[in-house]
Amino acid sequence: MKLALLIATVDPSVGGVLVLGDRGTGKSTVVRALPALLPGMKAVEGCRYGCDPSANGSRCDECRERALHVARGKLPVTDRPVPVIDLPLGATEDRVVGALDIEKALRNGEKAFEPGLLARAHRGFLYVDEVNLLEDHLVDLLLDVAQTGENVVERDGVSVRHPARFVLVGSGNPEEGDLRPQLLDRFGLSVEVRTSDSVAERVEVIRRRDEYERDPATFMEKWDHADSAVRLKILAARKRLPTVQVPDEVLHKAVELCVELGTDGVRGELTLLRAARANAALDGVKLVTDAQVRTVAPMALRHRLRRNVLDEGGSGTRVARGITAIYGAG
Amino acid sequence: MSTAGPVSSRSDDIASARARALAALGVLAVAGHRIGGIVLRDSSAGAQQWIAALRSVLPHTVRVVRLPSSATDDRIFGGLDLAATIASGTPVAERGVVADAHGGIVVIPLIERMPVATQARLGAVLDSGVAQVLRDGVRAEFDAEFTLIAIDESEEDVWGVAAPLRDRLGLVLDGDVRVDESMLPPASLIASARALVPHVHASDDVMIGIGTLCVSFGIGSERAARQALWTARALAALDERADVEESDIALAAQLVLAPRATRVPEPPPEEDEEQAEAPPPEQSPPEAPSAETPPEADEGQDEPTPPEQSPPEASPPETPRDPPDDRPLEDRLVDAVAAAIPPELLAELLARAQRPSQELGRAGAEKESWTRGRQVAARRGKPDGVRRLHVLETLRAAAPWQRARARVSLARDVPARSLIVERDDFRIRRYVERAGTSVIFVVDASGSAAAQRLGEAKGAVEALLVESYARRDRVSLISFRGTTAEVLLPPTRALARARKLLASLPGGGGTPLATAIDTAITAGVAARRAGTLPVIVFLTDGRANVARDGKGGRAESMRDALDAAAQFRASSLSSVLIDSSPRPEPMARRVAEAMGARYVPLPVVDARAIAGAIALARETA
Repeated sequence: MKLALLIATVDPSVGGVLVLGDRGTGKSTVVRALPALLPGMKAVEGCRYGCDPSANGSRCDECRERALHVARGKLPVTDRPVPVIDLPLGATEDRVVGALDIEKALRNGEKAFEPGLLARAHRGFLYVDEVNLLEDHLVDLLLDVAQTGENVVERDGVSVRHPARFVLVGSGNPEEGDLRPQLLDRFGLSVEVRTSDSVAERVEVIRRRDEYERDPATFMEKWDHADSAVRLKILAARKRLPTVQVPDEVLHKAVELCVELGTDGVRGELTLLRAARANAALDGVKLVTDAQVRTVAPMALRHRLRRNVLDEGGSGTRVARGITAIYGAG
Repeated sequence: MSTAGPVSSRSDDIASARARALAALGVLAVAGHRIGGIVLRDSSAGAQQWIAALRSVLPHTVRVVRLPSSATDDRIFGGLDLAATIASGTPVAERGVVADAHGGIVVIPLIERMPVATQARLGAVLDSGVAQVLRDGVRAEFDAEFTLIAIDESEEDVWGVAAPLRDRLGLVLDGDVRVDESMLPPASLIASARALVPHVHASDDVMIGIGTLCVSFGIGSERAARQALWTARALAALDERADVEESDIALAAQLVLAPRATRVPEPPPEEDEEQAEAPPPEQSPPEAPSAETPPEADEGQDEPTPPEQSPPEASPPETPRDPPDDRPLEDRLVDAVAAAIPPELLAELLARAQRPSQELGRAGAEKESWTRGRQVAARRGKPDGVRRLHVLETLRAAAPWQRARARVSLARDVPARSLIVERDDFRIRRYVERAGTSVIFVVDASGSAAAQRLGEAKGAVEALLVESYARRDRVSLISFRGTTAEVLLPPTRALARARKLLASLPGGGGTPLATAIDTAITAGVAARRAGTLPVIVFLTDGRANVARDGKGGRAESMRDALDAAAQFRASSLSSVLIDSSPRPEPMARRVAEAMGARYVPLPVVDARAIAGAIALARETA
């Protein structure tokens, strides 16, 4: 799960991350810890959508408008933490996509748009706990925006579009009713979280949690430098990412793996390669090797296999088998 | 002994149901917000007694709020305050019950009627201590740290508390939860223990003990470990100790971990002998109290110490059995908890864990189209518990009339309001939900069918399950044998579970075909009412030999079966009957014809042909 989130942080274009696992395995805790871990970002000051000052093409309409009145289109810039937005179950559509600002509408008769959660999550993460309990139409909407990177609102007489590029992180419990196949496929990476069966590790988790609960401040201080090490790693990987190359033979083998596993569509291949590149960037190398593809193959592919509900082994085992077939044991 | 008496009686390895109820009460009073809350699996009366006892020991400042399970999200978590919004003309957020209960206790009776999504949201609020409102045009956050008491009155083998919420509620009391009021810890002890809890020291051994228990009993949730730790601390604090002792963990494990166990650890090989020679003292006392037989519990009420707790050996309270116990703490704990789970209870727990609880939560909301699905145009109507007000549409409806209404109120000398909304303006939300198919399998597991082709029938059903999965159908499973028909699996989309149930389906007994058909009618009608299109698949050889009254006799049984079949036909449910006898069976054909079902003899078809038949039935449904 950690690797999947790091990969998504380094290259958000891999698509969302789906985290499956039992309750109480710390899924939410990990996602909510992200803001502390991530390097901050630069944003246009006062922009309600948190536009990237350097990306001229993908600014929101408001920034574009403002830029016309400023010398050389340079808008003031501030530092913001990367947003990690929690989508509460039971949120209604108007709050998610944004809607007519009723207050302004009532008071001034003005037709103003009030951005929703998607605007706040722009360039960051949108976390949906228990994604299988979210109403279908909301999930469709989220996936649609996540894929196009743009939120188009046509409701309550307002017509607004604004950029909304975010990494969708969903968590769920497969025991609780299956996730729709369309939904699975739209997530870039999928990881399964299990609690460790090792007593020592469990004890360590209990101990740390207890330490935190009894004295949060000291605990945070103690782990702060571990956090900053991760932060530096992410920054370095992001910088390196554009230069990471995929050699032809590595590419070939990756495609072979997808063919062997019979994944539907090319989305699998694309995600596999993107994830492998991000993984290489995190490893600090400029050439992707089979080893990096291998590491990310399970999370990039396991949810794309044609499902066979009656296969006890589950898709994880089938991916492992495929990997062994292509890359050999080891 | 007088103040600590009731509390220290818990140090017996296996506390009686009564003692556990008492201990849980103390723990919740002392460390409720640390462990989320409690599930009381008992009748309303028992639970009310427990709650009343809890209130009597809590400081009067602690609020206890009752929340009906039919409450809507906006009332629970907060939403738009319609009256204030209309009065002021700007959206005003309203606090929900959980925010009102901040720092106190929320009691939810009949939790099994609460929709799963609502339960999951309650769980999220318990985690964060904040109720986040993002709906109907308002955005607000309210502090909401509370302890939840969920009263679950659902049937024995089903959980009414949905899994997402269950994980957040540390304590579980099953069976008779009433406590002996004369044994209650005094309020002063509770107050001092509340102050002491955060300072109770838990040694590394304690952490290791809890970690080991979680692993041995297959408990994946880290929350459970944390809840057990705080429970142990609370127990120590109630005993006015500053250190967690082994007895605290043992009892905490019974209250928190045992109900979550998904497996029982196998005893280490070197202990086999010891186990073999020690069964009488080790196994029989645990089963008696845990079987929750009221008479024994009642005895406990009369006497300060439950009689079944004191074996004649009068061993020290910490380790009443295993006199020369020099094994590591973890091992002793594992035994203590394992002993607290009699095998049949474990089987029951496992069944509970595997049953889907989603469907239970829906009892209150049959009118799905008012609450979920894709939103379509709002329409005029009065909002109530089920129909929700569409605020924007309402305001929009009211807007054009504002000037006119203001003039009217001026003329009537009524003080002017910024917005005048009248009853006619109210718009309610409407949703459409796609009607899915619900395939109900009715499987004959009787002796005659089992002897013949239960295996093949299972294979056919499995093939159908794959087909149903692809179509996103719901499936449910009814099996009949002996004298009864039983709904093994209520309608669900989790097909892997259906398959598991099917694989472990036992065979044998008579063929109560009439009862099976009656059950299928009930299930089919229920599925239709839930907005799905039911298709019923019978797998039977049609050789009814048990009548509706449970008696044998082929003639009566067949008559009853044909009578049930006629009723089935009258209910116009779409169905297929797959004849599982080795040669096409005239009786099966007759029943199929009487039901108006498509008749498919198993020998001449493969799974694909059956799937085809069902597809046909679906189209004509």
